[in-house]
Amino acid sequence: MKAALALLAAACVFPLAMHGLDQHFYIGFGARVLIYAMAAASLNLVLGYGGMVSFGHAAFFGAGAYVTGILAAEGLRSAWIAWPAAVAVAALAALVIGAISLRTRGVYFIMITLAFAQMMYYVFVSLKAYGGDDGLSLPGRSTLGFGLELKNPLTWYYVVLVLVVASLYLLHRIVHSRFGRVIQAIRENETRAEAIGYPVYRYKLACFVVSGAIAGLAGALIANQSSYVGPGLLHWVQSGTLMIMVILGGVGRFWGGPIGALVLLTLEETISGSDWLGPYALHWQLPVGVILLAIVLYAPQGIAGAIRKRRHA
Amino acid sequence: MSTILLLEQTLNGVQFGLMLFLLAAGLTLVFGIMDMINLAHGSLYMIGAYLMASIAGVTGSFWVALPLALVATALVGVALEVTILRRLYERDHMTQVLATFALILIANEVVRLIWGSQPIMLNGPAGLAGPVELPGGIQYASYRLAIIGVGLLVAVLLYLLVTKTRVGMLVRAGASNREMAVAMGVDIRRLFTAVFAIGAALCGLAGAMLGPILAVQVGMGENILILAFVVIVIGGIGSIRGAFVGALLVGLVDTMGRALLPLFFATLFPPMVASNLGPSLSAILIYVLMATVLFFRPQGLFPARG
Amino acid sequence: MKLPMKLRLAAFAAAATVAFAAQAANELKIGFLSTLSGPASALGIEVRDGFNLALKLAGGKLGGLPTEVVIADDQLNPEVGKQLTERLIKRDRVNLMTGIIFSNVMLAVWPTIEESKTFYIAPNSTPTRISGEGCSPYFFSASWPNEGHHEAAGHFAQSKGYKNAYLIAPNYPAGKDALTGFKRSYKGNIVNEMYTKVNQLDYSAELAQIRAAKPDTLYAFLPGGMGINFIKQFVASGLSKDIQLVLPGFSADQDVIRAVGEPMLGLFDTSQWAYDLDNDANRKFVAEFEKTYNRLPTLYAEQGYTTALIIDQAVKAAKGRVEDMKTFRASLMRAPTQVKTPRGDWKAAHNGTPIQDYYVRVVSKDDKGRIVNKKIGTVMNAHTDFWAKDCKLK
Repeated sequence: MKAALALLAAACVFPLAMHGLDQHFYIGFGARVLIYAMAAASLNLVLGYGGMVSFGHAAFFGAGAYVTGILAAEGLRSAWIAWPAAVAVAALAALVIGAISLRTRGVYFIMITLAFAQMMYYVFVSLKAYGGDDGLSLPGRSTLGFGLELKNPLTWYYVVLVLVVASLYLLHRIVHSRFGRVIQAIRENETRAEAIGYPVYRYKLACFVVSGAIAGLAGALIANQSSYVGPGLLHWVQSGTLMIMVILGGVGRFWGGPIGALVLLTLEETISGSDWLGPYALHWQLPVGVILLAIVLYAPQGIAGAIRKRRHA
Repeated sequence: MSTILLLEQTLNGVQFGLMLFLLAAGLTLVFGIMDMINLAHGSLYMIGAYLMASIAGVTGSFWVALPLALVATALVGVALEVTILRRLYERDHMTQVLATFALILIANEVVRLIWGSQPIMLNGPAGLAGPVELPGGIQYASYRLAIIGVGLLVAVLLYLLVTKTRVGMLVRAGASNREMAVAMGVDIRRLFTAVFAIGAALCGLAGAMLGPILAVQVGMGENILILAFVVIVIGGIGSIRGAFVGALLVGLVDTMGRALLPLFFATLFPPMVASNLGPSLSAILIYVLMATVLFFRPQGLFPARG
Repeated sequence: MKLPMKLRLAAFAAAATVAFAAQAANELKIGFLSTLSGPASALGIEVRDGFNLALKLAGGKLGGLPTEVVIADDQLNPEVGKQLTERLIKRDRVNLMTGIIFSNVMLAVWPTIEESKTFYIAPNSTPTRISGEGCSPYFFSASWPNEGHHEAAGHFAQSKGYKNAYLIAPNYPAGKDALTGFKRSYKGNIVNEMYTKVNQLDYSAELAQIRAAKPDTLYAFLPGGMGINFIKQFVASGLSKDIQLVLPGFSADQDVIRAVGEPMLGLFDTSQWAYDLDNDANRKFVAEFEKTYNRLPTLYAEQGYTTALIIDQAVKAAKGRVEDMKTFRASLMRAPTQVKTPRGDWKAAHNGTPIQDYYVRVVSKDDKGRIVNKKIGTVMNAHTDFWAKDCKLK
């Protein structure tokens, strides 16, 4: 609890510090990290707690983004309409995809979720009406009212922060509720849970839909963050990146998603954006790969797990 | 569409399928026997193509370079297995995904550092550069016939290996029940390394054979890797027969889809819509195929495990 | 001698802080965002090398100001491109931007660039959306309007008397635009317009259909790895004997030749430049490029080189005042007529795109046995961007 409050305090102070240092670019970077933290945390719900290895999470992330983008292109820029719409559409997509995919297990589940995301990707790539491969540039960020101008980097950051904290709180409640315990029991031993009498399929589907809905909100935010949506958000590489974040941070650990997002994005930014690496900065994927590999081999529980071990050692 | 064209497209589908089979066979073996998701399989394929291009450039002969490239790739595979991958067998699938994903990043950059960022040249043997005339007047690229030949040869050899040899028997035992195989005294470590070496050699063969008709470039593995996964999921994990059937299915469905769907839509819809709808749908056809197969047979067509 | 760790970290921190501080005046900082990794990286590398060569020959100064080029790699990913653009403009505070190869990245980052009132000089992608209705004084192209090569190819096919043309492109907006450009100037019979999957590997199905349709020419817009795959497979199938392959110049230049080789001999392509153009600026460019990089330049390299020359001339004429929109824009517009570039004489249209000649080249061997792209004729003279008509700027 104390660690969480410390993190929150740091997150609140960070943009002010950057503003003071006249480094507005990093305020935007911070907002991006927060958005990906939300997306990764939503994946962790199905992946870590639910034991469902979904390789198609980008579908919900991208769906939320595209709903926001398309509505903006059609003139509907109010956040009060666009963002709930993104959540609703993503949840619906999760319902449909989950209903079909959850009939399979193991690697087959992985592949079928991947297939659905790829299908969405190819459809959006060829849709000239909404940009296709070029993507869609939004006229600007969503309008919130209350005199809040989301174009202002500080305002944007704090709005994102509020939403991310809210979603993490929601996830926390879910995970520690009866529902959450049943989900984890299903992950541990599905046959036993079924024998006890739980409607396993329904629980898994509900979990899948909640996770998709939150990813949809993250998608709406990412569309606003860059004022741009492109089919790349739906590609399997995007799903893979989210999975990497969760695994890196610690699967099934509450802070796994956010920590993974923070570490991976910061790592990429520092290595690729550094001035002192010069032309070698172009090869930033090499040190990132090595570091990831090292973490896998020597910190099997992810970073969150390693931290926990150190504390309790 | 004429019968001749239809036949030619069918042949194309078979050829594409056999191309995928070369990769899928190794992937399904590793996954089936060691229960390991190896995303770096595509990277071994890329390394195979690059090694082949270099060796062919040095020796000046495609046929001399081919076995050398195969052996070289197998050695790289063994080195990887002994140093890193061996430690992942006991871990869960997600850890394997993360680790092999990291390997992809590393492999891509290492290849780029050694060979540069630009695609490099790998041409087939001069003797197979042009088309041959098949019965029916079909002009078919002779190199593609060579691919069909090699694919079928590999399928036959693997079948013999798995069903008629001792090693094959151990492989099948390990695929269907690893604990029992260990309990029966099989040296699992050596077996795994051997299986991985075979898988890597197949990657090398695929890379070397496909290099002349596809671009040899950094990241070439990722594109084809997804297709290979689709194949083994359809075919059933751990089964060579499944990989063979799955690969042919995917190859045929994809090729015929690309050939027939646009024509089909052109008859139903106005050209603007048809030209949009046709290619989009044919792109997702193999995923629809996979979803359909899994709906009726959630374990794939020929699952190795009971 | 290695400094102790703490000292090194402190030095790094100090250097980083200095880098963060506002840069000195009397210096030019250029943001170079391009595709430098991944399968399509050859293009970005060529543009970068051409640009750097011009910079080197000018003694590291453009417009008389010591120039720093900050290089960033968009990995052909519009989202990454957007973030990098923000970093270049907000953190690194560049004065000018250049470098983008691909239209999807260009379209994604353009709003950020335009809003920040930074001038962008295009060494490649010049999308119709930015050159037409959406034209802006902050955009200047030193390459060619996106449809230019395709229109030139259409003209060429028309002038050679090809009666039946088959067209192929990937199934995305750039592909459709490319074929639209070709069809604008080609008046013969279009046998079929085929759209293939993005990053497709195997074209055997499409090639079979092409063979059955019996066109006399085939125009293919397949950038990057797709083009390499396609050309290899096209020639292997024997179709190159009966069907004349015509490509836009950027699909048939030295980078593709290095990856494909002999099978490409005999194909035609259209381009705003050829390595054997008969002018002093070009001879110097080709000679210096070969000496520095040990390879023949592509049209991309020429574009990067010319971009640097244009920037040099414009900054000099504006006396370093790149923040002054009117002054700098006027200098940019006049620059092509004031400096000699390898592609010959050209000038700028009111929407910031070049009015220039387009040549036809054929892939053949030179007297040293190397495979090159020889100019065989001019297919369009002083051609203006079709979409300039929609631009309301003066």
